[in-house]
Amino acid sequence: MAENVLMVALSPTMEDGTIAGWSKKEGDSVSAGDVLCEVETDKATMDYESTQEGTLLKIIKGDGSSAKVGEPIAIIGEQGEDISDLEAEAAGGEAAGNGTGTGGETGKGGETGKGGETGKGGETGKGGEAAKEPAAEGRRGQRSSSGAKAPASAAAASTAGRGASGIVKASPLARKIASDRGIDIAQVPGSGPGGRVVKADVESFEGAPAAAATEGATEARRVTAALPGEDRTIPVNRMRATIAKRLGESKFRAPHFYLKLSVDMRGILSARTRLNKEVPEKVSLNAFMIKFAAEALKRHPNVNSSWQGDHIIEYRSVDIGLAVEMSAGGLITPVVRNCGNRGIVDIDADLKELIGKARDGGLQPEEYSGATFSISNLGNFGIEEFTAIINPPGSAILALGNTEKTAVFDENDNMSVVPKMKMTLSCDHRVVDGAAGARFLNDMKRMMEDPARALF
Amino acid sequence: MAEIAVRDALNQAIDEEMERDETVCIIGEEVAEYEGAYKVTRGLLKKYGAPRVQDTPITENGFTGLGIGAAMVGLRPIVEWMTFNFSIQALDQVINNAAKMRHMSGGQLKVPIVFRGPNGPAEYLSSQHSQALQSVYAHIPGLKVVSISNAYDAKGLLKSAIRDDNPVVFMEAELMYGWKGEVPDEEYLVPIGEAAVQREGDDVTLISFGKTMRPVHEAAEELANQGVNAEVIDLRTLRPLDEETVYASVRKTNRAVIVDEGWPIAGYGSYVGWLIGKNCFDELDAEVELVHSEDVPMPYNHTLELAVQPSTEKVVAAAKRVLYME
Repeated sequence: MAENVLMVALSPTMEDGTIAGWSKKEGDSVSAGDVLCEVETDKATMDYESTQEGTLLKIIKGDGSSAKVGEPIAIIGEQGEDISDLEAEAAGGEAAGNGTGTGGETGKGGETGKGGETGKGGETGKGGEAAKEPAAEGRRGQRSSSGAKAPASAAAASTAGRGASGIVKASPLARKIASDRGIDIAQVPGSGPGGRVVKADVESFEGAPAAAATEGATEARRVTAALPGEDRTIPVNRMRATIAKRLGESKFRAPHFYLKLSVDMRGILSARTRLNKEVPEKVSLNAFMIKFAAEALKRHPNVNSSWQGDHIIEYRSVDIGLAVEMSAGGLITPVVRNCGNRGIVDIDADLKELIGKARDGGLQPEEYSGATFSISNLGNFGIEEFTAIINPPGSAILALGNTEKTAVFDENDNMSVVPKMKMTLSCDHRVVDGAAGARFLNDMKRMMEDPARALF
Repeated sequence: MAEIAVRDALNQAIDEEMERDETVCIIGEEVAEYEGAYKVTRGLLKKYGAPRVQDTPITENGFTGLGIGAAMVGLRPIVEWMTFNFSIQALDQVINNAAKMRHMSGGQLKVPIVFRGPNGPAEYLSSQHSQALQSVYAHIPGLKVVSISNAYDAKGLLKSAIRDDNPVVFMEAELMYGWKGEVPDEEYLVPIGEAAVQREGDDVTLISFGKTMRPVHEAAEELANQGVNAEVIDLRTLRPLDEETVYASVRKTNRAVIVDEGWPIAGYGSYVGWLIGKNCFDELDAEVELVHSEDVPMPYNHTLELAVQPSTEKVVAAAKRVLYME
């Protein structure tokens, strides 16, 4: 029996994946465990190992195409088997899928704006114009007269990539609202199952013609000016979408507050100089920061926690994520596990390996998920201080600025020059209160200024 | 307002109606000396004596027919079936006599009788004793069919059923007899043929009746936690059905989930689904969902027994499907 090969969730946050490349081609035999293809997820590119055996009869999603988790990407079965049923099924799903774009999130009411935007993005510019015309025509005359509507639908079905049968799937309510408002249902992108147009889609579609008109107007102006060149539309890749989603969720849901102080860096710098004389490979400042954060977290486990809606988890292991910029663009936080029970050299070795993988996009999900605390360091860019967005499931993130020579006056007004670094702790107030965050940060500062305190 | 169990609410209804009208009587297996298999008739034999409270042999076809005959000649009998599974024995009497006499006599005869007892699965009772037979009775013109879900309706609807001049099939449930609820001290009636909106919401309509109202309310709570306002309707009377209350709600929410612990084929829930599809077609933003018992005889194994029936999780999942939430 031929079976579909389904897209599976290769990372905890993955909702869809893009086929980076097929390792097998149609007609190849496949054993369980063979790598079928490489899949680009929201965070990394990973091998898709087959759990099925047989012959790869058909590749449904070719190189570069994306599939939602659970969607068929290929068919495996016996050589020569009839797979027309599965093919037809896949074709139907694919056509509908194109119609909806990548809008994974269907929702009611609140999220309608999104569906509309997805549809528009897919059509870019002119599509908006096209959508406007039939709608206006509907309003002009033959309201919901089926004779006038049918050809419009048929034309749209081919352009909009609807089901092969030419039928536009829509809920009865969506049809009624569309007909009342003179909207051609065939022009509305559907967010429901199989691309079905639902109420929310029609309601959010209403603004589309007006928006298209404005767009056209500004474009016209731009042509006369014609100097700075055209604006660039940059497609949102998986990584960017995930960053937008996760950090948006964190910033909008977790009530952030910020604590800032500056640290005298003489203690930590001299400790680092001494250590680096004794070890073959220099230990990074970030490893020191992770170690001190871990020591402080051990003493303040309430900061090493996570908000879970109806309860709070206080983690036993201190797993610290460090924000790393990827060479291909984007951001990822590799996680050093169990920092509370490890030495700096050990942490640093781990960190170097993880950072290397992170830059190349080769981290495995278990290497970048589940940080209980995070650190972001923009000191290298000359940033004096900044506030970071908490990286869930953790409840706090520490933002590090650069170390600067600072004039310091003692009680007798004698001036000395001290290297100082400003650091800002962002806390989730649902878990960490002001005083608790302040105690943690102050403890960490005192350890950094006098590293022997880490032994106390 | 006193808080009393469903069995006591039923007992009060029977007691008050026997007190009020001396043609009201009750017959069935164990209703007199033993005071009812589920203690619904507690104290009644002592108060009213035989034959107004009359034990019978184990002969459903016989005593049901006896009751129907008595109703035709002037009494208002309540026939207690120990369970609706046993009522299958008496189907010929109910369908061919109780439901037809008024029609076939051109209105010369009336059959003011109540058939009552527990319907639907309880626990550990296997295939023959776990049947939900609402659609069998609701199928028959000439009958009224009531299904209660709480103490208030139990009392108010049973009193209305006893006073009704038509045969009324009155469905309770074993697991429900101990459920407590508030019942007014003063007399009241709940009219037959009126559904109740038990929780207001505008996102999705959950429709059920009888014992499954519990998982339905739990599902509504769970959905509320997820930001969904479900409207909950207890049909209360299956025949005649209060269609308008259902349509008004579905027209508001554009979505319906029906929960029926019966089987799906030719089932009562399927019928309600058809009505909604027909009468609210332009208002529906999703297909109508039906949460029903699986189309199999009841397994004896307890895990399987629970798995085949509607549950809170199944109702939540169905609601989320029609809301396009997953």
